[in-house]
Amino acid sequence: MTRKTLWITGTATPVLIAVLVLLAGSRSVRASDQASAASAAVKIDNFVFGPQTITVPVGTTVTWTNNDDIPHTSVSTDGVFKSKVLDTDEKFSYTFTKAGTYPYYCTIHPKMTGKVVVQ
Amino acid sequence: MPNKKQDFIDQQLQDLNNDGVDRRGFLKCMAWAGTGLVWTMSGGIPVSRAFAKGYGKDAGKGGDFSFVQISDSHIGFNKPANPDVTATLQTAINKINAMPHTPDFVIHTGDLSQLSKPSEFDTLDQVLKGASAKQIHFVPGEHDMLSDNGEQYLARYGKGTKGSGYYSFDHKGVHFVGLVNVANLKAGGMGSLGHEQLEWLEDDLKGRSASTPIVLFAHIPLWTIYPDWGWGTDDSEQALSYVKKFGSVTVLNGHIHQIMQKVEGKVSFHTAMSTAFPQPAPGTAPSAGPMKVPADQLQRVLGITDVNYVISGRSLAIVDSPLADSGTAASQNGVGLALGDSARG
Repeated sequence: MTRKTLWITGTATPVLIAVLVLLAGSRSVRASDQASAASAAVKIDNFVFGPQTITVPVGTTVTWTNNDDIPHTSVSTDGVFKSKVLDTDEKFSYTFTKAGTYPYYCTIHPKMTGKVVVQ
Repeated sequence: MPNKKQDFIDQQLQDLNNDGVDRRGFLKCMAWAGTGLVWTMSGGIPVSRAFAKGYGKDAGKGGDFSFVQISDSHIGFNKPANPDVTATLQTAINKINAMPHTPDFVIHTGDLSQLSKPSEFDTLDQVLKGASAKQIHFVPGEHDMLSDNGEQYLARYGKGTKGSGYYSFDHKGVHFVGLVNVANLKAGGMGSLGHEQLEWLEDDLKGRSASTPIVLFAHIPLWTIYPDWGWGTDDSEQALSYVKKFGSVTVLNGHIHQIMQKVEGKVSFHTAMSTAFPQPAPGTAPSAGPMKVPADQLQRVLGITDVNYVISGRSLAIVDSPLADSGTAASQNGVGLALGDSARG
């Protein structure tokens, strides 16, 4: 992941900034993070990924935070990313470098599903 | 429309058993956490009654053997719902040890640990060592197979088991089957047994006489309690189709941290309390997360399950017993009985 982030910083920053400008005002992008790379947050509360579908520009780092008293995971249904087990307040981040739709779920509580749409 | 011929046959069977219980139809019996309940299964005919303050004196008497089910110990959990789950597990073990009869064995229906950590398993082992019953049969919960596909669980508790940890054994004429429905769960689904295990189960039961009492145990309920919270097993119907021919089938589960029961034909389903923390009744909270109760109430919603099998009457009696003194807990009884109070002893 570190390597991916470096790669983005090194070669894709101009593109990213352009995308971010285009998407200014998008709720999924934090303006304050534009200097490094875009980021977005998914919170796990009461056995639900929120927001359940998050749409982000290519290059965005999505961070999941588990706010529950019970451990959860965030694992790509297609094997693209896989968090470790996240205990209470633990986080997992993944940087999406390709456009596409990435469904994911909690492998411990598979009724919990979510989607990252990368544009 | 009722099937008159079937009703007649059932009536005959009922009379033969002379227990005054209507065995037809779909019977639902729920008893919320903290309650005590005995039910007896006689020739596939389940009856139930609340257990009163006297529990402990007569439990196990006259039985050919008994075993105890404990569940959901979640060793390692330390949140406000129960900051000391090791202590409450110890209380559960003390309760087992205080029984007038030593159970032949203990079944733990999973979620031994909170995070599958070696230190958590170590603590569990240490506490279980103190149990009067030396033989403990395990099945894993999803918390026991978190990061290593259950390798550690299997190395510690699954020796000699098949696949993800399923197995069967016979004890004094009863056939016990431990099933694993927490491995390789699919996105959007509930618990799952999987094709390989189902094939094994079919084969395991195939040659057995229909009069053999069967006990199936697994972590997640093998009946659908509340799909929104994943409280069920996607392919349990397939598994249950293999036990149709048997006259007496008991299904013991954990996972939902409260007592729930259902009787369907000859199959009796039962879930046990946790030894760690209670969970809310289905749909009564935003999620299935740990339920916080006042500290002095906690031991009323945690507990153990004592199962007493009487060979002569082919009956199986299940007593759920909260960790708090039975006298205190019995006064809390709000047992929902579908079958009334007509149990024979």
